[in-house]
Amino acid sequence: MSDKSNQPAENNMDRRDLLKGLATVPVFGLFLVNLWRKIRRDTLMKSNLLSDLVQEKSAPAVISGLSDSRHLNIGIIGYGGRGSHLVRGAGFATKGWTDTVAENARKNKLDKGFATFMSQEDLNCSLVGVCDLFDVRANQAIDASQNETRPGGKPQGAATRYRHYTDLLADDKIDAVIVATPDHWHSRITIAAAKAGKHVYCEKGLTRTFDEAVNVYDTVKETGITFQLGHQNRQVEANEKAKQIIKQGLLGPINLVEIATNRNSPWGAWVWGIHPEGNAKTIDWDTFQEPSPNKIPFGEEALKRFFRWRMWFDYGTGLSGDLLSHDFDAINQMMDIGIPKYASSTGGIYFYKDGRDVPDVWNATFEYPDKDLTLLYSATLSSNSPRGNKIMGHDATMQMGGQSGGGSVHGFIVTADSESTQYKDRLESGVINPKYPIYTYSPGSKQIDGVTSATSRYFANKGLLYTYREGKRVDPTHLHIKDWLDSIRNGSQPRCNIEVAFHEAVACHMATESYFQGRRIEWDPVNRKLV
Amino acid sequence: MNSIDSSIIKDKGQLYGLVVLRVLIGWHFLYEGVSKLINPYWSSAAYLLDSKWIFSGLAKTIVSNPTLLGISDYVNMWGLTLVGVSLLLGIFSRYTTLIGMGFVLLYYFFAPPLLGLEYGRPGEGSYLIVNKNLIEACALWVLYSFPTSHIIGLDRFFNQSESN
Repeated sequence: MSDKSNQPAENNMDRRDLLKGLATVPVFGLFLVNLWRKIRRDTLMKSNLLSDLVQEKSAPAVISGLSDSRHLNIGIIGYGGRGSHLVRGAGFATKGWTDTVAENARKNKLDKGFATFMSQEDLNCSLVGVCDLFDVRANQAIDASQNETRPGGKPQGAATRYRHYTDLLADDKIDAVIVATPDHWHSRITIAAAKAGKHVYCEKGLTRTFDEAVNVYDTVKETGITFQLGHQNRQVEANEKAKQIIKQGLLGPINLVEIATNRNSPWGAWVWGIHPEGNAKTIDWDTFQEPSPNKIPFGEEALKRFFRWRMWFDYGTGLSGDLLSHDFDAINQMMDIGIPKYASSTGGIYFYKDGRDVPDVWNATFEYPDKDLTLLYSATLSSNSPRGNKIMGHDATMQMGGQSGGGSVHGFIVTADSESTQYKDRLESGVINPKYPIYTYSPGSKQIDGVTSATSRYFANKGLLYTYREGKRVDPTHLHIKDWLDSIRNGSQPRCNIEVAFHEAVACHMATESYFQGRRIEWDPVNRKLV
Repeated sequence: MNSIDSSIIKDKGQLYGLVVLRVLIGWHFLYEGVSKLINPYWSSAAYLLDSKWIFSGLAKTIVSNPTLLGISDYVNMWGLTLVGVSLLLGIFSRYTTLIGMGFVLLYYFFAPPLLGLEYGRPGEGSYLIVNKNLIEACALWVLYSFPTSHIIGLDRFFNQSESN
């Protein structure tokens, strides 16, 4: 194709050359025109889907500076799996834990556990008191109190072990206590702590029984202590975003909310490991079972009950206090539903026939006639099918991951209803397609919406972008402890204060009572009774 | 360019076919690059995190290091855009066909559709060992071996002296 060979050398930039040299420039122009049209169309779509519908609020609060106003001494009562996580949230982890996660980070560069812990804000507190009925765990807590591998550097000193919680509460040095015992101890310890003037962070569910919940509520109100219930979902920004959207009426009238638990492993069904060093010498069994209705002598069965306490109503309320409570509180956080008028529940022990007395399949309904709303909870411990949580409105549905589905930190999607009244015109004009979300929220990728690619949406929904891309990863448990300590210092109410804790407790106990009694339970708000 | 005898392109049908192929691949590269440039939230992290086979370790290293990930994002966005412009307009195309080949081969080797490798991201076709990345890489190889930009493209202006 040496078509230039016939041309005279001095005439090498003739018209023919120019045309051939610039032949593909119009294609480049065509590209630019189409690019401009595409950008304009996407901008139009976005303005219809986002700006027009969702009034974007300012970004959720980020971690503030060092909590340096007042040093607080805290005590931990119950240093088990959850207790140790809470204490880590306050900035104290055992040497064994920091060594393991540091090693994990060395082996796997994507394992951010160690980095997340070390980048926690120094909460300006000390772990000074420890109470656990199992020697091994009490010693681990002491180890955590003096481990120098922590955010904020060397701790001020080692914690003292107390055999009984009353001794710990009698220690004047201690300003505040974290209660992470099994549920049957929550009310006694919280009430005693409040009366001793200690601020309390109590794990969920609030109490084992309804009457205990009322007593805890009254005592916290009377003493004026700063109380935080352990629903760290209150710190999750996706929940706050969901709340804004619901408040703006984007979903239209909401008459049904569906929340669900799906787990399918022995661990998920509370068949937890029995510590090899657990025996009559290392465990104070009599104290453990003191508040429980039924007592048994120490032995093999007692060991199971000590380490797998969630499987029996003597110590907790099974699915109700452990898992319903989280999702109920998340919905209460988003919709301010409060205590239901009626609750009913059914279920049974259908899969784990291992001696437990709490159901492993359990369904509960909560009626709010004054809000024209039903809340439906459905749980199984023998299927992982990911149902998530759904807030169903006349105009749109919000779908989010539930607690059992990895937590709502992964965000949510809002999809318009094909029969929506609010979006009728937009649906007809094709601006809104009910097949695709009109709003997708994933922390760390705010731009993900109905316009961006399927691949981006897929990864955002998996939470990958949140975890690895934008800013630093923060543990909501740390934020929840921080919220509590900050509230103690400035006298404000923490996010999961006693008022909303009471909503959760009453709703859960209504459902549990219904299961026991085989009938619908009604809440009498005047006399504060279940009828 | 003078190491290759462009007279191996025998007729106009061959020439136009090759030019169309070059322009289409250029268009594809250009939009892949520009779409990333105009999306402030785009990151190569998602693709890298799903990497399997021999480069999965390298992918993890890149994703876990913000500096490396930043470089990876930058190189991808601008690399694809510049290769796209180059192929489309036919400017320095001889070199950019090789660079483009490098890009798509990397995409292939970071996530090849081999037996037994499962990917999280949704696929838009059905592939067994061969996918569109591999085919695009081979198409760029063809374009490298049969250059056209010195005949149809801006390279023609730079090439006058060499051609004569």
